Amino acid sequence: MSHEKDQALIFELSKPGRVGYSLSELDVPETPIEEMLDADYIREEEPELPEVSELQIMRHYTALSKRNHGVDSGFYPLGSCTMKYNPKINEDVARIPGFAHIHPYQDEDTVQGAMEMMYDLQTSLEEITGMDEVTLQPAAGAHGEWTGLMMIRAFHEKNGDHNRTKVIVPDSAHGTNPASAVVAGFESVTVKSDDNGLVDLEDLKRVVGEDTAALMLTNPNTLGLFEEHILDMARIVHEAGGKLYYDGANMNAIMGRTRPGDMGFDVVHLNLHKTFTGPHGGGGPGSGPVGVKKDLMPFLPKPILKKTEEGYVFDYNVPDSIGRVKPFYGNFGINVRAYTYIMTMGRHGLKKVSDYAVLNANYMMRKLAPHFDLPFSQHCKHEFVLSGKRQKKLGVRTLDMAKRLLDFGYHPPTIYFPLNVEEGLMIEPTETESKETLDEFIDAMIQIAKEAEESPEVVQQAPHNTVIKRMDETTAARKPILRYEKQ
Amino acid sequence: MVKFRYLPMTEQDEKEMLAEIGIDSIDELFADIPENVRFKGDLNISEAIPEPDLMKKMTKLANKNVNTKDYASFLGAGVYDHYIPSIVNHVISRSEFYTAYTPYQPEISQGELQAIFEFQTMICELTGMEVANSSMYDGQTALAEASFLSAAQTRKKKVIVSKSVHPEALSVLHTYAKGPNLEVVEVEASNGTTDLDALKAEVDGDTACVIVQYPNFFGQIEPLKEIEEIVHSEKAMFVVSSNPLSLGALTPPGKFGADIVIGDAQPFGIPASFGGPHCGYFATTKKLMRKVPGRLVGQTTDEEGQRGFVLTLQAREQHIRRDKATSNICSNQALNALAASVAMTALGKKGIKEIAVQNLQKAHYAKKQLEAAGLDVHFNGKFFNELVVKVSKPVKEINKALLEKGFIGGYDLGQYYPDLDQHMLIAVTEQRTKEEIDTFVKELGGVQ
Repeated sequence: MSHEKDQALIFELSKPGRVGYSLSELDVPETPIEEMLDADYIREEEPELPEVSELQIMRHYTALSKRNHGVDSGFYPLGSCTMKYNPKINEDVARIPGFAHIHPYQDEDTVQGAMEMMYDLQTSLEEITGMDEVTLQPAAGAHGEWTGLMMIRAFHEKNGDHNRTKVIVPDSAHGTNPASAVVAGFESVTVKSDDNGLVDLEDLKRVVGEDTAALMLTNPNTLGLFEEHILDMARIVHEAGGKLYYDGANMNAIMGRTRPGDMGFDVVHLNLHKTFTGPHGGGGPGSGPVGVKKDLMPFLPKPILKKTEEGYVFDYNVPDSIGRVKPFYGNFGINVRAYTYIMTMGRHGLKKVSDYAVLNANYMMRKLAPHFDLPFSQHCKHEFVLSGKRQKKLGVRTLDMAKRLLDFGYHPPTIYFPLNVEEGLMIEPTETESKETLDEFIDAMIQIAKEAEESPEVVQQAPHNTVIKRMDETTAARKPILRYEKQ
Repeated sequence: MVKFRYLPMTEQDEKEMLAEIGIDSIDELFADIPENVRFKGDLNISEAIPEPDLMKKMTKLANKNVNTKDYASFLGAGVYDHYIPSIVNHVISRSEFYTAYTPYQPEISQGELQAIFEFQTMICELTGMEVANSSMYDGQTALAEASFLSAAQTRKKKVIVSKSVHPEALSVLHTYAKGPNLEVVEVEASNGTTDLDALKAEVDGDTACVIVQYPNFFGQIEPLKEIEEIVHSEKAMFVVSSNPLSLGALTPPGKFGADIVIGDAQPFGIPASFGGPHCGYFATTKKLMRKVPGRLVGQTTDEEGQRGFVLTLQAREQHIRRDKATSNICSNQALNALAASVAMTALGKKGIKEIAVQNLQKAHYAKKQLEAAGLDVHFNGKFFNELVVKVSKPVKEINKALLEKGFIGGYDLGQYYPDLDQHMLIAVTEQRTKEEIDTFVKELGGVQ
């Protein structure tokens, strides 16, 4: 990474008269602008966009990129985010003009290849999850959650069941779960975890009832632990008349080993940008397909993609559909990447993906366990959570250790999550990392644990060799500066 | 044994790791999965396909589609064929950007954070607003989120939306509105723009917001000045959905007193990609800053006083507020926001105006040619780069004939508007040459 302290804003590089574009000459007879627009609607003040040359633009963004850490830059064990390698063929395929430059409103006859890809992807995801039908419309995981919950709501309403107002969410759940429940018009209710980090069955029995619309669950959960009582949980929720929602954020742990559909889940969302290698893009775009069991199929967002003897068609005649959740047909470009990945790995490869993701995580967990607190000692799945309790007593917080990892060239693990672990460090190595990389990271972690004992200030004052030091986030929030203003 | 190029595990590695864990096989790590839900057998998915074969397969699949590189497209309706500077793809292909996660660790994410800060600034400049977020899924869901913010801010439940807004934005809005039980009222359009009398009749003390599109779905310029007066007379929020490229030439909605401006940055450097991913934007006033959905990047300093950027005002967001969050949105469209930033930067202050005016000029030229050919251009108001043409056959049939001549024809308005059966919405961007326009008009006249 670059060690330049400051990188000028693109606006600060601007100089009147420079251009970075090249448009064709206008080749039609001109009409005076006053004839085309009413006076009030002709822009007077020019927007202050930068005036820079093409090389200046490229240098600027190259400099910015050097101030950014991606999976290609180095190890990125960010728990719950599945920061695996993003295959390059995916990028090439998504850029083929027949995928990149097709318009969503072209006649269906002219986009049969795109529809075929979508259909095959849906079918593959149905197979991987054990669900009956998948929609590719949702844009991301949280969007998929909300879509699934809206379908569950429509299902209950269709049955005249208007009092199912509550969605049960474990205390270890990702923040989007309760937020999605509320946006879908439900009240979110928390179910506690037990001493083993799993959903407390007694507490579940206590909160479940006639007002239960659904239980949202990630399995393996955010602690990386498999909810081994899943069948009991499914029975408890189903007997109460609720539905079981699967947050597929952790699908990378179980492909080819078990399927949400077989565990009793009624709705599943997947994060194609995690398990299926659509790149994270610095925060998006993602893709969050949703799969459902038969009784929820009538409520899928429309249009529904169908295969007929004449070819693929979009069916808009879906009377009980919850409606559209997104314009057009979802994040097609990300779906192309995911499909390419599934085809690359094939049936055996996908299973190996989960096997190695889980093996890597368990290996790291056992190697690190002597040096940190391990709140749950059973085998984990694709990720595990350590606690920095021991280091906290020495005055070194988990945040400090995360910042210290930056000095070693690593992106730190997810910290202070899930909420039910004190000083949590959530580590997800993924299957695409080599044993050498894992060992180097383990060594760095052990060194930091040692530093916490011997020279805590080194950790407390980290990072030492990044382009900037710790940021003043308080002032950022108290006196927000959210845009550049010309001095 | 099949080798997988993304999986570095060797047999030796596996052996050593199993020994370290103290188990004999990977199966033991899955022993906690109840026996009767273990998946047995093989997934019904094809075998792994080697890279060269897969590239051939995917290229073949892509080639089944008609693309806008090979055909001159007059199709718009919310997704446009514009100039994409070559530099855009080169910047977004830098893997430090596309293989990174959300910039939660500012010390090693300054590049992404600064790029978003610059994006926010450019969106503010174009829309004439004070604050913009880091991006949304797309323009249509951004519109639905604007209705949520309006309802939360005004504590009212009635959302008024013009029928001249993109029909898919209307559909998405109806779906979203069911969550918090908002009442969505659609106001008719007359002669292609929002019917002001009908709007006046609907806006009342219960109104959370009024949503219009500028230029609207039919390409027409809505009278924002008159609409603003109606909206604010009842203290409702004024929400404008806007194609940001048009704002190179049009007075920005901020100047007309908009409270929230949303839209899609797809016209800036983002390919159509069969409808997604694109890049929603969300701009508003300082007053609403702490209620904006999605991520915001702010400028601050580090311990040594060095300027830097961080995600800020996160107390609004789901990962902190959980069920009290203003929205459940978690991701943004960072990579596409980056593409849009690069395209906006390349165009710059002069280019943004030039490209917008070229769109105006070409569309107005097309209108003259269509009329000269005896075709009926339906609405007579001011417009940007889209117009509605009446045709004498079903649009689907006409588009089929046009395709044979190398054109992707317009959008069939009859599918959403029964009174606009056999009307085609045509987009004429700067990408269309005079020759293409002339030939298109001739062919359109010919297939009538």
